[in-house]
Amino acid sequence: MILARVVGNIVATKKNQRYEGASVMLCQQVTPEGDETANTVIALNAVDAGVGDMVLIVQEGWGASTASTGKPGAAIDSAIVGVVDYVDLLKDE
Amino acid sequence: MQLARVIGTVVATVKNESLEGRKLLVVQTLNKDLEPSGKPLVAVDSVGAGVGELVFWCRGKEASFPFKREDTPTDCTIIGIVDSDAHVTRSSR
Repeated sequence: MILARVVGNIVATKKNQRYEGASVMLCQQVTPEGDETANTVIALNAVDAGVGDMVLIVQEGWGASTASTGKPGAAIDSAIVGVVDYVDLLKDE
Repeated sequence: MQLARVIGTVVATVKNESLEGRKLLVVQTLNKDLEPSGKPLVAVDSVGAGVGELVFWCRGKEASFPFKREDTPTDCTIIGIVDSDAHVTRSSR
């Protein structure tokens, strides 16, 4: 799973049938410290995360489709499965 | 999944038989500010996207799920067309 911050949402009228009713969120990958890193990813929202939240994204198809649509086997590779309250890291020496 | 702009088409006469009749498009992945990020990819289309459109694509095994024949050899499939650039809402938070 990866850490990301939700930065927005996406409206698409014409999309794969299995996406009907789902909320499609634009997320920026972040480091555990909260700094932006790597690519922006799109993920289906399985937990009602909102813009600004730090979230946990699963990037495994079976789990992602089951979590966000209730059934496996959809063309979904990422889903938001948790809202992060905080990340506890060891302090630098 | 990631946002991308369709920047071209690919014509291939000789290809795997389960790719017959499928549209192959060149997509440039975008970051959250809709600026190009990374190298262009070739994607199979499942929603009727065209050159110039803003789309999102799915990676991995799940990319073959929109097709009846799930053995379609693809790891990158366009699964949604974003209504317009203005339909990608972003927050500065």
